[in-house]
Amino acid sequence: MTVGLNAFLIVAGLLFAVGLLGVTLRQNTLVIYMSLELMLNAVNLAFVAFSRYNGTMDGNLFVFFIITVAAAEVALGLAIIVALFRRRQSVMVDQLNALSH
Amino acid sequence: MLDILFYVFSAITLIAAVLMVLTPNAVNGAMCMIVAFIGTAALFVLLEAYFLAVIQVVVYAGAVMVLFLFIIMLLDVDKGEGATEYKDKLTIGAAAIGFLLLAMLVCSAFSGSHLPEPVLTAVTENPEVFNGGVPFTTSSKSFGYSLFTKYMLPFQVAGFLLLAAMIGVIVVSKKHDVAED
Repeated sequence: MTVGLNAFLIVAGLLFAVGLLGVTLRQNTLVIYMSLELMLNAVNLAFVAFSRYNGTMDGNLFVFFIITVAAAEVALGLAIIVALFRRRQSVMVDQLNALSH
Repeated sequence: MLDILFYVFSAITLIAAVLMVLTPNAVNGAMCMIVAFIGTAALFVLLEAYFLAVIQVVVYAGAVMVLFLFIIMLLDVDKGEGATEYKDKLTIGAAAIGFLLLAMLVCSAFSGSHLPEPVLTAVTENPEVFNGGVPFTTSSKSFGYSLFTKYMLPFQVAGFLLLAAMIGVIVVSKKHDVAED
């Protein structure tokens, strides 16, 4: 494969930028949370690319741990969103502004 | 051949990610997200991280996104009245300009010829483990070896974290009266 490390880093950086766009643009808490997952995913891609081009296994192991933490984080975050919905009857961030007034 | 696959899977991943961000329906967004995760798994295969590609499909595209779809359907957020899906014009403009600036920064930082371009070394199936660290292999055996030697403590902490997350989810999602607390 003649594709270099920098091409993978460009893809990872653009994925991260798209995730940031989703976090800043959307109102729905669930979509914001999915965008956060997308940013984690972009970092994973950069880690694997560095690991492959560096010739060591450490980046791959780190991605393994990131996936573990992300799975735990998603379960807990979604439980918090469900609890929030029970209390406020909404998951739109413009209606969850009790701290801004 | 592999170069073409890289461009194809990168395009699929990026287009699916952009669609996920821009589509107004949350369920459609989750479907696009699954495509983006599988595209990333394909990029992992191109980088010869086969074990991580399988983990990515099973954990992310499988478990995590199924959980997201469950919650989206449970809360039924698309049918809720009131809230507009996008923010006001100023926020949209600011988010778009921020995205463009970040994308330009990424492209200009990584596409220049001044950056070192490491060459790919051939990987072996199952090499000797030397004491400086574990070399890159395609076998999942080196994962197990690293997890039980160099990364023993993080491995145990990750297990404890999963236990804590499980208990936390039970506590948070337990139904209790609002007036009681």
